[in-house]
Amino acid sequence: MTKNPKQIGSKQPSHPLDDLIRTDRIPHIWCPGCGIGTVFSSCLTAIKATEIPYNEFTMVSGIGCSARGAGYIKLDSFHTTHGRAIPFASGIKMAKPDLNVIVFSGDGDLFAIGGNHFIHAARRNMDITVICVNNLNYGMTGGQVAATTPSRAKTTTTPFGNPDSPFNLPLLAYASGASYVARWTILHVRDLTNAINEAIRKKGFSFIEVLAPCPINYGRRNKEKSLDTMKLYQEKTIIKNGADPGRADIDFERGVILGTFVDTDRSTCDDMYEVTCRQCSED
Amino acid sequence: MAFWRQPLDTQEIQITKGVVNIIEDRCKGCGYCIEFCPMHILAFSDHFNKKGYHPPQTTKPDECVNCHYCEIICPEFAIYSTEAPL
Repeated sequence: MTKNPKQIGSKQPSHPLDDLIRTDRIPHIWCPGCGIGTVFSSCLTAIKATEIPYNEFTMVSGIGCSARGAGYIKLDSFHTTHGRAIPFASGIKMAKPDLNVIVFSGDGDLFAIGGNHFIHAARRNMDITVICVNNLNYGMTGGQVAATTPSRAKTTTTPFGNPDSPFNLPLLAYASGASYVARWTILHVRDLTNAINEAIRKKGFSFIEVLAPCPINYGRRNKEKSLDTMKLYQEKTIIKNGADPGRADIDFERGVILGTFVDTDRSTCDDMYEVTCRQCSED
Repeated sequence: MAFWRQPLDTQEIQITKGVVNIIEDRCKGCGYCIEFCPMHILAFSDHFNKKGYHPPQTTKPDECVNCHYCEIICPEFAIYSTEAPL
């Protein structure tokens, strides 16, 4: 395969990641204080750090704020229909098993409308990397209650507080059979970059949940400025690798557990398909 | 930098020096780099950029240790540090 092009020195100041972003579309649409930009840049740094040629990557995303990421990356990328990022990614992976497929999307896209696709891709152990930016609400449509909104949190559609319990995403991924499950926040950028790097190299379904502030839609209604959310990430999180995903629910009063929850090896969907269905096709 | 206990090998450790580069027109003024710079050398500037935000400026440019934390936490690709020329 080809080598990655070297950055050519220019007079204009250029960011070290400028060779991986579509600079003509920057500044991006994300609000001031939004954490998606940090997750995106951390993902690009991780892609760079793997030293795999760029033409062996594909980024797939669904609909939502975070899903705009696929439009800003200067690699092959797909901006797909709502909730269907994982089916598209599975198709790409089955057609071209050599590609490293990264799904970059939000909690609403992956776990509300696309929840079923997520659990089945994890069950089949598709060899893809799923990065879920969890901002605890539907940011793009105006801050409605989502499947991940904590109990009693205020949103546009729950002005008295959310009466329901949220999903525990690491537990959901673990129970569905994911090979790699981790959770970080945007404050722990270096750990997050290492985790994404590890997840890209990992064979099997890798899932990384990233907590990110949404100051405009979630923060404003819950009296949290973006820096307050960052302080919460600094003070009320516990880093504990190998922790029980069952205790990983998001409760900032008790402390939110971060780290790698699951890192196991299991035969992937493509391997199983090769063994079961393609063994006679050579005759 | 503030330590709760002075490390024993402080004298032997070579501290790298860096230069902070700011692409002002990309900044949206979230203040993450200013808040989380370990050396506290950044502050909001008084002037506006093209979009009407106050971009950061270095208050003590000599004290940058090239840790790249501003670079990796910036959501806007607007700040990065490079090694200072000797």
